[in-house]
Amino acid sequence: MNKAELDPRVALPFPKAAKASLRDAQLRANVRRATDTIQAKRRKLVDEKKDWQELRESARQIRAHVLEHLDVYLEEFERNFTRAGGHVHWARNDREAQEIVVAIAKQAGADEIIKIKSMTTEEIHLNDALEAAGIHAYETDLAELIIQLGHDRPSHIVVPALHKNRAQIREIFLREMHLTELGEKPADLAEAARKFLREKFLRVGTAVSGANFLIAETGGICIVESEGNGRMCLTLPETLISVVGIEKVIPRFADLEVFLQVLARSATGERMNPYSSIWSGVTPGDGPRNMHVVLLDNARTAVLADGEGRQTLQCIRCAACLNACPVYRQTGGHAYGSVYAGPIGAILTPQLMEMRHGESLPYASSLCGACYEVCPVKIDIPEVLIHLRNKVTQRNGWFAREAMAMKAMATIFRSEPRFRAAQRLARMAQQPLAKKDLPIVGQDTQARPDSAASWVKWLPGILGNWTQTRDLRAIPRESFREWWEKRRA
Amino acid sequence: MRVSLFIACYNDTLFPETGKAVVRVLERLGHTVEFPAAQTCCGQMHWNTGYEELALPLVARFVEQFEHAEAVVVPSSSCVAMMRDHYPLAAERIAREGGDGALVERVATLLPRVWEFTEFLTKKLELTDVGAYYPHRVTYHASCHGLRNLGLGDGPEKLLKAVSGLELVEIERKEQCCGFGGTFAVKNADVSGAMLEEKLQAVLKTGAEECTACDNSCLMHIGGGLHRMRAGVGTIHIAEILAGEDKSAAQ
Repeated sequence: MNKAELDPRVALPFPKAAKASLRDAQLRANVRRATDTIQAKRRKLVDEKKDWQELRESARQIRAHVLEHLDVYLEEFERNFTRAGGHVHWARNDREAQEIVVAIAKQAGADEIIKIKSMTTEEIHLNDALEAAGIHAYETDLAELIIQLGHDRPSHIVVPALHKNRAQIREIFLREMHLTELGEKPADLAEAARKFLREKFLRVGTAVSGANFLIAETGGICIVESEGNGRMCLTLPETLISVVGIEKVIPRFADLEVFLQVLARSATGERMNPYSSIWSGVTPGDGPRNMHVVLLDNARTAVLADGEGRQTLQCIRCAACLNACPVYRQTGGHAYGSVYAGPIGAILTPQLMEMRHGESLPYASSLCGACYEVCPVKIDIPEVLIHLRNKVTQRNGWFAREAMAMKAMATIFRSEPRFRAAQRLARMAQQPLAKKDLPIVGQDTQARPDSAASWVKWLPGILGNWTQTRDLRAIPRESFREWWEKRRA
Repeated sequence: MRVSLFIACYNDTLFPETGKAVVRVLERLGHTVEFPAAQTCCGQMHWNTGYEELALPLVARFVEQFEHAEAVVVPSSSCVAMMRDHYPLAAERIAREGGDGALVERVATLLPRVWEFTEFLTKKLELTDVGAYYPHRVTYHASCHGLRNLGLGDGPEKLLKAVSGLELVEIERKEQCCGFGGTFAVKNADVSGAMLEEKLQAVLKTGAEECTACDNSCLMHIGGGLHRMRAGVGTIHIAEILAGEDKSAAQ
């Protein structure tokens, strides 16, 4: 697939991109199976926490508090991380962050780096920038390795290769690792990845990571993971560069107690992540000697300035909302045209683009609320979606076709006589389109309560989007209010 | 009790049978039903599609029509969700922009008297058996707004289980959206259709004669899909089931 497809600046609008995903039966089967599995594990572990709602509320309050005092906590983090021997860099946008990372890597004399799975580096398309500077990045997370070797793009925040099944992964490994034979069991695939990666861990002296949390109080950085590849990247290289969104800071070490509980359960359906690494600066004789943190804004301060959109920055990237989303379930992640897919992507992407791109994303939701229900930091995603829809309609102005139709509808609803007239008019207008059913042989359709109803099977214009897969019950002869008035009389 | 019925614009126009059924059930239970004549729409479509400004006059209009009601009953959970979740915000905006400053307070005093139809029966009247007869095999679809925004829980199913002659069959993935989502169904028609397809398969798998719900909006979607495939399975609003009577027994 074309790499540019996950860049919101050039991506297709969601409804168009979704068409391609919907045609891929294998992808949809893989997505359903994987999200069902993670959801079942999550539900079991959430159900066993009797204080789950209190935990969610704590997590929300801590994150909301941080966003109210972001400047204070970021500076506290900078002081403590610097005191411990690390270097802090501030990047206003993707380009600045790329330049900083490339400069540090060059200074370290690196022409290769190893990488821990990181959405933030995906967001700034860091691998492309490194490649352009003659530095090759090796992804070491198993799923990211599959994506990289398959010349693919991530489709999920936590499980980026979720759209691929085991047989497809085996094919990628056989081809890209130049293997002559490879078993089919998960252990065989893991063993192949292990051998492929081990040599990189031992050879490459520079690593790039993201972070799950920055701890202001200690100047610590925390990463949680499942495979141990992260631990290798954090301990073996001489130079470690972490690219982190400014919203990822938490006040105290003790706050991890809340976040490590909700994150593991929400993300992978585990009580605790198998590996939780926290590092604070340089320790002589142990681990990397050059530690850098690149604090990335990339429009986060613009999101922060929007009172209603701000809660988006509470996100801890668990992807529970993707797994619960009935839209994501059908399309997978690529249709969202951004490294951030699913409900959180639908609100995060357009805001990170300052609403200049990704305007179709706030509409990529039926507002069913499943995302809000599972969110461990209680981001009211449906409310933010509606907020962003308002931004889109305001920018499109009152002369847009949809806006004019909406305005006409609102005018009708503001007066009962106009509403009645519209009802009568619609009833007349549908007449050529509304048809009664022909009887079906062998079916007692006359016994059905709606057997008297007429149906509309074709509608013009945008309304034809309804009748492409569904019929529409025709408007009956008498409205409720007409019946009510007759009854009264 | 004196119950004021807010029918919802689409029920009024497309599904008058639902309104008639609500009247039948409430009157059978001994209540008086009123229908404030100037009512139109709750404003949900405008609000949820991103035309908040156009919804504001409809909010004020609803309050004017219903603020003196003893109880307001609405056979549509998404309209009630619109009122509970968004009317306070709408009223604040109206007040902030120099409109009726008292609207915030008026909304706050009205909302506790607004009930979704099944919620009115189970929570306000504390009933599960409304004396209905409906000898059919039925499955219940939990609409998203009823399930998540109103927290209806198993209230509607308790009502259905108490219906004489009715066999209630559980649907797979009951909590999954049918893909309607208002303007979503036309803006993202392909995805909406794919979501519907999964829901239709689940409905058919139950072997039910009919699928019921508290919202005709979901049922319009599910029913439209079932009808397109000539499935021979219909949809029916829960009020119409609860209005069912055993006519042979009465004679």
